[in-house]
Amino acid sequence: MKPFTEHTGRALPLDRSDVDTDQIVPARYLRRIERSGFGPFLFAEWRKDPDFVLNRPEFAGATILLAGPNFGSGSSREHAVWALEDAGFRTVIAPSFADIFRTNCLKIGVLPVELAQESVRALMDAVLDDPTTEITVDLQALRVSAPAVHEAFEIDPYTRWRLLEGLDDIELTLRNADAIDAYERARPARLPAVTRA
Amino acid sequence: MRTPSTLAEKIWERHVVHRADGEPDLLYVDLHLVHEVTSPQAFEGLRLAGRSVRRPDLTVATMDHNVPTIAGPVDPVSRTQMETLERNCTQAGITLFPTGDLGQGIVHVIGPQMGLTQPGLMIVCGDSHTSTHGAFGALAIGIGTSEVEHVLATQTLPQRTPKTMAVTVEGELPAGVSAKDVILGIIARIGTDGGVGHVVEYRGSAIRSLSMEGRMTVCNMSIEAGARAGMVAPDETTFAYLEGRPNAPIGSEWDEALEDWRSLPTDEGAAFDKEVAFDAADLRPHVSWGTNPGQTVTIDDVVPEPADETAERALAYMDLRPGTAIRDIRPDTIFIGSCTNSRIEDLREAARILDGRKVREGLRAMVVPGSMLVKRQAEREGLDTVFADAGFEWRDAGCSMCLGMNPDQLSPGERCASTSNRNFEGRQGKGGRTHLVSPAVAAATAVLGHFAAPEDLDG
Repeated sequence: MKPFTEHTGRALPLDRSDVDTDQIVPARYLRRIERSGFGPFLFAEWRKDPDFVLNRPEFAGATILLAGPNFGSGSSREHAVWALEDAGFRTVIAPSFADIFRTNCLKIGVLPVELAQESVRALMDAVLDDPTTEITVDLQALRVSAPAVHEAFEIDPYTRWRLLEGLDDIELTLRNADAIDAYERARPARLPAVTRA
Repeated sequence: MRTPSTLAEKIWERHVVHRADGEPDLLYVDLHLVHEVTSPQAFEGLRLAGRSVRRPDLTVATMDHNVPTIAGPVDPVSRTQMETLERNCTQAGITLFPTGDLGQGIVHVIGPQMGLTQPGLMIVCGDSHTSTHGAFGALAIGIGTSEVEHVLATQTLPQRTPKTMAVTVEGELPAGVSAKDVILGIIARIGTDGGVGHVVEYRGSAIRSLSMEGRMTVCNMSIEAGARAGMVAPDETTFAYLEGRPNAPIGSEWDEALEDWRSLPTDEGAAFDKEVAFDAADLRPHVSWGTNPGQTVTIDDVVPEPADETAERALAYMDLRPGTAIRDIRPDTIFIGSCTNSRIEDLREAARILDGRKVREGLRAMVVPGSMLVKRQAEREGLDTVFADAGFEWRDAGCSMCLGMNPDQLSPGERCASTSNRNFEGRQGKGGRTHLVSPAVAAATAVLGHFAAPEDLDG
């Protein structure tokens, strides 16, 4: 996983709540077996509207997504995060996230930042007012900074450490391989194993 | 004395492989369900890292999301996706139920059907509706592809301890009100993020009175309230469903299992982080009007005035005006299927209503059974004839029009009464408009041509 320490960039204001992963990447694009190349399908339906924020030239090159509450709800498709990553987004700032989406982000190093609704609103207003506004998300200092907005955010220390170091979860788990072996030896024999029956 | 614990806490504790201060618990996974759409990148990740599948015997795969439900050519990209699953399973020694196999079906239908879904288990799948399996008193969590890879490699998953939430529904369900109406009613009350960060336990006499199929329908849509999982404590209904199923324990192991399963329900006095309670008597058949499952009212209501911009957008997308009676809305299509409502009981309920009746002229109607075994069972009971005589198409098993991935899709503007779980924009096909309903409402609506409760047919 690519480490995440600090990121500064321009932002895309997506002022909608309950943005589900079907909007982020519709199902018909999930037939591909590759992990890369999902960027062009990001918000595939919404971007057909020429006025959609993603199509507006003043927001081109944005690397931070600002969104409303309950972002990433619905389907577990990690393709949604792959699409954001492939389209150049390093972090999403929203008042709240759906659980599976948040986990998917943290697995691949796209940072979900939860800020109070008023703070996200202030960031959106700043960006709408001046699209060249730069926002800095600092995972070391746990701060989001923009010219008129300075906010602290929270993330659990273990996840923060893993992101800062860019550590692979599987690698970390395998450090406990002995514990997995021991657990398996103690599992009751009656627990089901898959048969074709 | 032992501290009283909830069902979720008990299952969690028995799966902790490794616990350290400040780290997420490392949990053991008893059953990993795999399908063609969220697994190819996980297998590829394993290959790139030189890792193998640790427990193919605790992993089962099927093809469901993208399979055709009707004979005919399959596009090459979809075929590659299915062939990739076949190759990955063969290489890893994972049992696969591919298209054409009698064991094939929607992943959340086949696990219970095979008796693999059992109380007390930790179950995961790269699909958000994995919560379905919680109906058996299992802790069942939907995961992403990176986590699928993690489970394939280690048979474990690091997890932050969730909060617990009790949703209690007491009383008797009124006539015509089904499990689907229970869960739609719950989501309408607590909202699409009401369960975020929580494992929900559904409790109360109304829940207890549900069959296993009904409990699966309720647990299935936990994710639509944002919950990490949903569950129902195992009881005699659970045990009766499981006994004799192919992978259920037998002989002394059955007795041993029963004793263990009876110890699982939440202890008297155990505390939940959040509790809500409803009266079953207040429930009515529900119909969603908007573009998320929380935007739902009863059949007797009207389309509400929009409370915010999201609701305004939803109304525009759905082409609905506030004040329109739900019964005055006329769908173009009826879809009975999905991991929410495609089990034998769902099909029986719809068929009971359709028996001797006809689908309203001009409507397109289809039934997609949840598994090929459900399909065979329904055919043995003659339900296929009832559906066909009424004017429904009778398809093969798969996720089909629930997610609009295979060719079973809505056209732009097409309005659908659907027994599925999500009414998101474009979920069932580009520009399609979805109204979530129960199988009974879908059937009554098919006959009358407008949204209707089964009771409307009696007049």
